[in-house]
Amino acid sequence: MLQNLAAKFMTNFGLARLIILGFFIFLCIMAVVFQLDIAELLTSSLARIGMWGVLVLAMLPAISSGIGPNFGVSLGILCGLVGALTALETAFRLGGVVELSGGVLFLLAIIISLPFAILTGIAYGWLLNRVKGSEMMIATYVGFSMVSIMKIAWLFLPYTSPEMAWPIGRGVRVQISLAGRGITRILNNFLSFNIGDVVVPTGLLLFFALMCFLVWLFMRSKTGIAMRAAGDNPRFSEAAGINVNRSRIIGTTFSTILGAIGILVYAQSYGFIQLYEGPMFMPFVAVAAVLIGGASVKKASITHVVVGTALFLGIQVVAIPVANAFTTDWASMGEISRKIIQNGVILYALTQAGGD
Amino acid sequence: MAEASLLQMQGIGKSYYGTPVLQDINLNIKPGEIHAIVGENGAGKSTLMNILFGMEVIHSTGGFDGEIIINGKKEKIDSPQRAMEIGIGMVHQEFMLLPNYSITENIKLNREVLKPNFLSRVFGQKIEHLNMGQMNTDSRKALDKLGIGIEEYVTVAGLPVGYMQFTEIAREIDKTNVKMIVFDEPTAVLAETEAEKLLESMKAIAEEGIAILFITHRLDEVISISDNITVLRDGKRVGTKKREETDVYELAELMVGRKIEKMVHGEQRELKNEIALKTENLVVHMPGEKVNGVNLEVRKGEFLGIGGLAGQGKVGIANGVMGLYPSRGQVWINGSPLSLNDPGESMRQGMAYVSEDRRGVGLLLDSSIELNIVINALHNQKKFLKKYGFFKFQDTKGIRDHALKMIKELDIRCTGPGQLVKRLSGGNQQKVCIARALTMEPEILFVSEPTRGIDVGAKRLVLETLVKLNEELGMTIVMTSSELGELRSVCDRIAIVSEGNISGVLPPDGSDVDFGLLMAGQQERRGA
Amino acid sequence: MLTQNSLPEVEEHKRLTNKEAAIQFLTNNMVTIMFVVLVLAGFLVAGMNPFLFILDIVARMSRNSFLVLSLIIPVVAGMGLNFSIVLGAMAGQALLIFVTHWGITGLPGILLCIVLVTPLSMFLGYLTGKLFNKAKGQEMIAGLILAFFAQGIYELIFLQLVGGIIPMDNRVLIMSSGIGVRTTVDLTGGLKYGLDWPGQIWGMPNLLRPTFPWTLIVGVIAVIVGFLVYRFVFKGRMPSLPSIGAGLVAAGLIVYWSAIQIQQETMMMMVRIPLLTWIVILTLCLFIVFFSRTKLGQDMRSVGQDRHVAAVSGIQVDRVRVIAIMMSMVMASWGHIIFLQNMGAFSTYGSHEQIGLYSVAALLIGGATVSKATISQALLGVFLFHALFIVSPSAGRQLFGDAQVGEYFRVFVAYGVIGITLALHAWKKLLQRKDQLGV
Repeated sequence: MLQNLAAKFMTNFGLARLIILGFFIFLCIMAVVFQLDIAELLTSSLARIGMWGVLVLAMLPAISSGIGPNFGVSLGILCGLVGALTALETAFRLGGVVELSGGVLFLLAIIISLPFAILTGIAYGWLLNRVKGSEMMIATYVGFSMVSIMKIAWLFLPYTSPEMAWPIGRGVRVQISLAGRGITRILNNFLSFNIGDVVVPTGLLLFFALMCFLVWLFMRSKTGIAMRAAGDNPRFSEAAGINVNRSRIIGTTFSTILGAIGILVYAQSYGFIQLYEGPMFMPFVAVAAVLIGGASVKKASITHVVVGTALFLGIQVVAIPVANAFTTDWASMGEISRKIIQNGVILYALTQAGGD
Repeated sequence: MAEASLLQMQGIGKSYYGTPVLQDINLNIKPGEIHAIVGENGAGKSTLMNILFGMEVIHSTGGFDGEIIINGKKEKIDSPQRAMEIGIGMVHQEFMLLPNYSITENIKLNREVLKPNFLSRVFGQKIEHLNMGQMNTDSRKALDKLGIGIEEYVTVAGLPVGYMQFTEIAREIDKTNVKMIVFDEPTAVLAETEAEKLLESMKAIAEEGIAILFITHRLDEVISISDNITVLRDGKRVGTKKREETDVYELAELMVGRKIEKMVHGEQRELKNEIALKTENLVVHMPGEKVNGVNLEVRKGEFLGIGGLAGQGKVGIANGVMGLYPSRGQVWINGSPLSLNDPGESMRQGMAYVSEDRRGVGLLLDSSIELNIVINALHNQKKFLKKYGFFKFQDTKGIRDHALKMIKELDIRCTGPGQLVKRLSGGNQQKVCIARALTMEPEILFVSEPTRGIDVGAKRLVLETLVKLNEELGMTIVMTSSELGELRSVCDRIAIVSEGNISGVLPPDGSDVDFGLLMAGQQERRGA
Repeated sequence: MLTQNSLPEVEEHKRLTNKEAAIQFLTNNMVTIMFVVLVLAGFLVAGMNPFLFILDIVARMSRNSFLVLSLIIPVVAGMGLNFSIVLGAMAGQALLIFVTHWGITGLPGILLCIVLVTPLSMFLGYLTGKLFNKAKGQEMIAGLILAFFAQGIYELIFLQLVGGIIPMDNRVLIMSSGIGVRTTVDLTGGLKYGLDWPGQIWGMPNLLRPTFPWTLIVGVIAVIVGFLVYRFVFKGRMPSLPSIGAGLVAAGLIVYWSAIQIQQETMMMMVRIPLLTWIVILTLCLFIVFFSRTKLGQDMRSVGQDRHVAAVSGIQVDRVRVIAIMMSMVMASWGHIIFLQNMGAFSTYGSHEQIGLYSVAALLIGGATVSKATISQALLGVFLFHALFIVSPSAGRQLFGDAQVGEYFRVFVAYGVIGITLALHAWKKLLQRKDQLGV
């Protein structure tokens, strides 16, 4: 009986995930052994989970609607960045007349980015409907292409606010500090409290929870149910009178919107907006996180998102100090282990999906 | 008669997981003989061929009984490669051709003629060059034997189907040791003139001393070229006849013949004259089940059966009316025209469908039982929804209550309404499909192959449920099934489909000969 | 008995009118034509010196062609664009580091690299092929992610293990901390030009010196000798005296002209054409042609067209696919060694990263698709892609006063062309599938 359960657990959970979980537990034990500052590790884990959570959540509507993990969520991220920059520019132009508070700016950034995200999402969904079966590869390259074309756009877009524009030369800066506008960590600090030495970023986690709740609610709406069915079995759904292509576009658009909001949450927590190469490889982190949480390229749930984010980002937070405590020679170990785990788990999921 | 047999199959039997599908089959084929095998679906034709070819599916399920003797020598055929070595060739129903290759390259596929070069002396045979000249010569010879004048270097892509078929045959003839060729429904894809030519070629091949095993449902073709004919039914050999000693009628009767199972309906009922569903010239592009202009009338409250052999288009009718495959033509529901190719519209007009492809289009395997039951009604009839402002959300409690009711009524064995459908047995999955159709409270219910792949007890229950719906609720039911016996036990009338058309409509107690003839695409006997 | 006429006539290929033919040509070669236009426009806008342009393009072509050619075989075997050649590049690079450490220089060093990298990349190719067989239909994304994954392993080995767990005592190569290879490796005085200019280290700078006149002289002699041998061995007769005479005179003139260029050290001496490298590239081209006519090559084409049909006819599909990837991987490792010995220095953790992207983009620009690629497409693609690379920064500066724009643009072009070709291919496949369903 117990053996049976263990075997079932193994097949459901998968070898790759087991190794990763084992690695995480090992790191945690090591952290205790090396007497690292556990409170600090927990504080920064919580912050990182909230910071990435929404971006990982963006994978859920995409997988549910059947397009697979959204390797092109960088499109959403770019929309979010345009929203953020435009909001900052607005604050700058209005400066002296009306002073916009950090909270208002954050909301403004979301509101501005929404129409971009919706339009992009629809166009992107339309494209993905034409390339069924190769969505992952094409999403990746659409993402890469758009990031690189936006690199040109950042040079030409008419943002003049001094924290954005280079003092001399053309274009906006590679990294924009949010410190001056009071947005930095605005969610993190909202209702934040301490348990012992652990800082709980209440606002950040609440916002992530709110987003999860909205997605949960959507999945239970008429549209959401149709979308889930379309992802589960497109042929069934067509027989049930569901417009599969429309459902996939809705899923893609929803994912793109969450990508836009996700980068804004990320940026306020990080304190900087990263442009140019910045969004290029972010999708892979989000994809890996949801897969580590137990999702497959065909099925995912909110639990997978939360568990995956916690596990993957937890490892990243703990790995570096543990490696450094072990030997100072291994300065890059944290980054290297991230690369191996992140891409290893995606590869594993691809082999599990089987052939066409 | 003195001539020795080329192939003897003795006492062949096979069962899958305890269910016998072939019992004690004996076959005897001489060189140069054309031997036809006819039978309904599930009669055991394909299992017999799989055994002859040593297919994986036979050996991974425990092998078979009996023995195969080739030229007097007992052979153990445990792989398709072995079958080919022995000299058994096969012309597949689906073409095994590579479109971008020339005819020669296709004929010689993986049997290329090679010549060594300086590198191959180091790296081995795999790196030897193709000897295109010799390959072309060989192919030419094979094509000439078939009397096909087409150039062997022409690319296959874009050739008419007939030429593709002949390329396949040329490939078998070209195999130097070929002693016997199996033709699996070779004329199914061909136009009439092409089919005639193919039959002539088959005769020509037989004259060279190669035996031919001919699997077909076209009885007139069987009569026109075979030397001997074996009829299979329900996994048993019901007779082997010489061509001179039999006719189409006898074959038809042998093929179908069985006692009518006990009627579930009491007496033959008087049907109302109201027409619930009418189709005119309905054409459905369903791959493998094409419908070519069906005219059909279904009366209100009727239990209509649609029967016929696989691939003839019987399942295409329901799929077309329900909008699952692209269709043309006219359909009226209760006298008002239906707009085709829109499944949602078909459902809104009061029809529901239980698909023959349960796992493909019938179920959301990765979703719960309750979602599977309600989704059609929820999406198309806006049932089980609660409205909050602009948004409509699922009525979780309503769904749960309804699912529990259905589970009880249809006796679905499960751990609860939240269980994933993929974990249910075939019979219970079928009940979930029926529950979904019933949730829509349809006027007309289409059911295709409702008992395929489920056990006997569940079969009976499914059929009884359908009869109950028909008798007690007055629901019009159109049931498509490959099992004629099943149709005859529950239907008021049975339409038989052949080659995409309805070849005739018979009462359930019609004669076996008539059913057999209609299935083979021929007219029923006049005055019978 | 059997008459031909009972079957429908095979449709003759319709004779296309000139206009139709032109339209077909344009649609089939859209990507390539677009790039020709783009390069020409860029060239005009940039106002480049044609001579410098030729200098640069020849150098780039000799550097990159081998890598791009390594992509052809997997395409033929139906596995699409092999993004996993990055692994082969890593293997080649690893060997360059080790051979540099051992202090073996010049052509022998390069040959040692080649000998040692071959089993290593065969092994990597074997594993990659196995992986692709488990992810059929998703080989390209799997290859891309595999490259990222391997990057992690590569960094683990060369950044954290070498110098520590893997001993390597070398002040030049290893970082001052004693752990990890430095971020750039300089091959100057070692393996640099090992293949391009083998005479360099043996104190014979003029032996196979990679300049245009020298290459021309050697080339002319090779062509004449080759021609005579061919005529004599394969046709069994000597050419007539007048034709020999004419040939000798022409050859003499070319050699005379070249000698003057060499003696006077003219501009022509600046045009670098690494002779040995080009011989290697041409040999690879010949090998691919040779290979495509072998049994294994035919099997790959069969598998590439339809795995199912190939399997039914007894071809070991999975094995053929693994072999295709192994061949590609070995070629990629050699190609990257050729690339780096020409560059003369490389970034230890970065120079292989873009190999997959740029090679694939080049192949596609030459007109190849996911399911079809030829040698001429590969070479044309390398030319066009690198021509764009050369002209776009100056064009950007001329148009926008910013060279950065041009640099960003060419990166966008690389990603964009891959994205577009993949999307077009997937769309076509989808339409075909619908066609087959009779929709």
